[in-house]
Amino acid sequence: MKRRLLLLLLPVGFLGLALFFYQGLALDPSQRDSALMAREFPPFEATTLRDENRRVDQTLLNGEVTLVNVWGEWCPACKQEMPQLLDLADRGIRMVGVNYRDTREKGMQFLSEFGDPFEINIFDPDGELGFDLGVYGAPETFLVDADGVIRYHHKGYVSPQDVRDRILPEVEKWR
Amino acid sequence: MALIRTIAALLMLVMAFGAVAGGIELREFDDPVTEKRYRDLTASMRCPLCENQAIDDSDAPISADMRERVYLLLQDGQSDIEIINHMVQRFGEYILYNPRLESRTYLLWGLPIALVLLGALVVVGMVRARRNASAKALSTEERHRIDALINRKGSS
Repeated sequence: MKRRLLLLLLPVGFLGLALFFYQGLALDPSQRDSALMAREFPPFEATTLRDENRRVDQTLLNGEVTLVNVWGEWCPACKQEMPQLLDLADRGIRMVGVNYRDTREKGMQFLSEFGDPFEINIFDPDGELGFDLGVYGAPETFLVDADGVIRYHHKGYVSPQDVRDRILPEVEKWR
Repeated sequence: MALIRTIAALLMLVMAFGAVAGGIELREFDDPVTEKRYRDLTASMRCPLCENQAIDDSDAPISADMRERVYLLLQDGQSDIEIINHMVQRFGEYILYNPRLESRTYLLWGLPIALVLLGALVVVGMVRARRNASAKALSTEERHRIDALINRKGSS
């Protein structure tokens, strides 16, 4: 009897492992949490997109829940998500942009063409801040709380559903 | 025929260009040891965007950025562990082909060892059981049964 049970362990264990790995197959490796979750927004020092003489740093994000959107003129999904970002700004959420690997000219042209939901845009032509944020493709959106801690990260295009089901609840949660 | 040859020639040309483009990133190292460390480090990190390529093998812009950073940190005199930490802090554990040993990965690293040990235990148990069984003498009852079986077979 004992031997039977022991023998039964083999197929059961095998099945268990197989199920575990099978579930893993269905996971999307591109949907993973940012390594910066629950950490402070990385320190930076940069100029703004509109004014090359104005210097800003991470204290810019303190005091209020802020959505930080990393975008570039070269990024098609950034254009597509602009209406959603404008909607978020209309709802009174503070938006800060990071103009990532772009030129001032193209970035400003983009904003005049597709709308400007941002209170201010951090100019990051070499991707320095993007690198510290672990950005590996635009658009990416970070929710930063009033203490400057990253609380939510959205990789890629923000759809109207994402706004309703994910971003707005997260903003409410950290306000 | 001529068409095929032209296509083949064009393909080769394209591939040659690809090879040149891949090797265009020239880096200078003070010594061969640093160069080896650079190769090992860039081969051991996964490109966050392309997922199945190491950053030394990928043309994604982020891989180029990461190679550049590894190079700069090496020039800066940082150790391998410092450089790995620097990257993991930004891009997550995901980029390491060999996850580090920590509480989250005990199961991952420990399971194969545990299974091998378990298998060894099972084998030892089986060998021992078999040895005990053969060493055990037959009881009188068993002897009688065997005699009966043998006799029945002989008489038929």
